[in-house]
Amino acid sequence: MDTALKERIEQTVGGSKVVLFMKGNKNFPQCGFSAQVVGILKKKGVEFKDVNILQDAELRQGLKEYSNWPTFPQLYVNGQLVGGCDIVTGLEETGELDQVLKAG
Amino acid sequence: MIDPEEVKSRLVAALPGADVEVVDLTGTRDHYQARVVSALFEGKSPIEQHRLVYGALAEAMEGAIHALALKTYTPKAWAKIKGES
Repeated sequence: MDTALKERIEQTVGGSKVVLFMKGNKNFPQCGFSAQVVGILKKKGVEFKDVNILQDAELRQGLKEYSNWPTFPQLYVNGQLVGGCDIVTGLEETGELDQVLKAG
Repeated sequence: MIDPEEVKSRLVAALPGADVEVVDLTGTRDHYQARVVSALFEGKSPIEQHRLVYGALAEAMEGAIHALALKTYTPKAWAKIKGES
């Protein structure tokens, strides 16, 4: 991955405490998995930055390498990948998501 | 597109001894749900568990599979869930 792209990803990931890379945006998700994670975060009243990877092919491909994670959505908290839809949903069901979101 | 049997066999090849269930959610052989139970998940975080599965399907994830709903369990965690249901 070239340095400029890596820096751009790091700036985006580190720019907000909670960042969701998704298909569509938080008001108009364009994928059921992305919509599900948006729904969970909204229900929790968590402020988060949404990034629409459908509008940025370079970022989309770069993130897959950066995070070693092939699918979207990808939820980052405090610069760390928490997971995709299944993991976030699982953490919500066990109550662990609150701790993840509060940390840092 | 990829056949569910192929998804399953790739997962079992990468995770020997795994108990794998693959469901074609849409009948179009590109939207799948997978449940994977493997002893290799012991001691690994959910992220690491999912990465193992994605790694086994890396080539298919680049195009053949459009969506994969994924549940991973250690044998112990799965036995607990089965016991409850």
